[in-house]
Amino acid sequence: MMENLSINDPAPPPPMPPHAPAGPGGIPPALGRPPPPQQQQLPAQMFTTAAQLLDLTDKKLMVALRDGRKLVGILRSWDQFANLVLQSTKERLFVPPGTAPNQPRGLYADIDRGLFVVRGENVLLLGEMDLDKEDDPPAGYDLADVAVVKKLAEQRKAQDKVREKKKVKLLAKEGFDSENLGEVLL
Amino acid sequence: MLFFSFFKTLIDHEVTVELKNDIQIRGVLKSVDQYLNIKLDNIQVIEEIKYPHMSAVKNVFIRGSVVRYVHLPANAVDIPLLEDATRREAANQGAKAK
Repeated sequence: MMENLSINDPAPPPPMPPHAPAGPGGIPPALGRPPPPQQQQLPAQMFTTAAQLLDLTDKKLMVALRDGRKLVGILRSWDQFANLVLQSTKERLFVPPGTAPNQPRGLYADIDRGLFVVRGENVLLLGEMDLDKEDDPPAGYDLADVAVVKKLAEQRKAQDKVREKKKVKLLAKEGFDSENLGEVLL
Repeated sequence: MLFFSFFKTLIDHEVTVELKNDIQIRGVLKSVDQYLNIKLDNIQVIEEIKYPHMSAVKNVFIRGSVVRYVHLPANAVDIPLLEDATRREAANQGAKAK
């Protein structure tokens, strides 16, 4: 059903889908105000996960995951939970400046990963890459050798872990519950 | 469904979404769905230097479950209307429960 959906389609005739309670232009009468004219044109399926992901399909995306990983790949399929299929995926590693002594600039590298199926709950956000900018390194960052960046990234992780442990310890001393102070995800 | 409807009234306004990992993204609200997943256009990341992976990204889909706050433009929110709608929804729910 979703495969055939397009945001250019007219709104489906009643019965309205359950997520869009009846009302002119799909705006439920609960808010009482007649919707502004430009909203009236928006079909109801603008407001489904399907419609939001539809125009990202087959585009090159940056996907940020809950564990802090960044994947760059082409979105080939998805569902309402934001479960994703990514093709030609690369994992992009970043090392902020100052991780190693005498490292004034950040470093990044791509690792080829291939095909990914990502379970939706692990997705933080999907970003469409600006094709004009995607080949430029981020401000303050330089492309570096994978092995180097990998090693520095591990080092950074270890540093962060030590710092996080210290923080949790200090907070626990002040009576804060350490259980909900998970790792920092960037 | 009240907040879904509410967010729909904010479409095409500029909002700032703060995620549970502290990143803040400002952009034009383009779409929202029943999970409160949010789509932003023309984004700009606060403290961009800390988030190099966002530098080439122009629009984002944010999963509703990772949103901590949405900062709204105060002049786009009709507070009395929202209060009224909240009470009406509560009354409806109460009536349904009986």
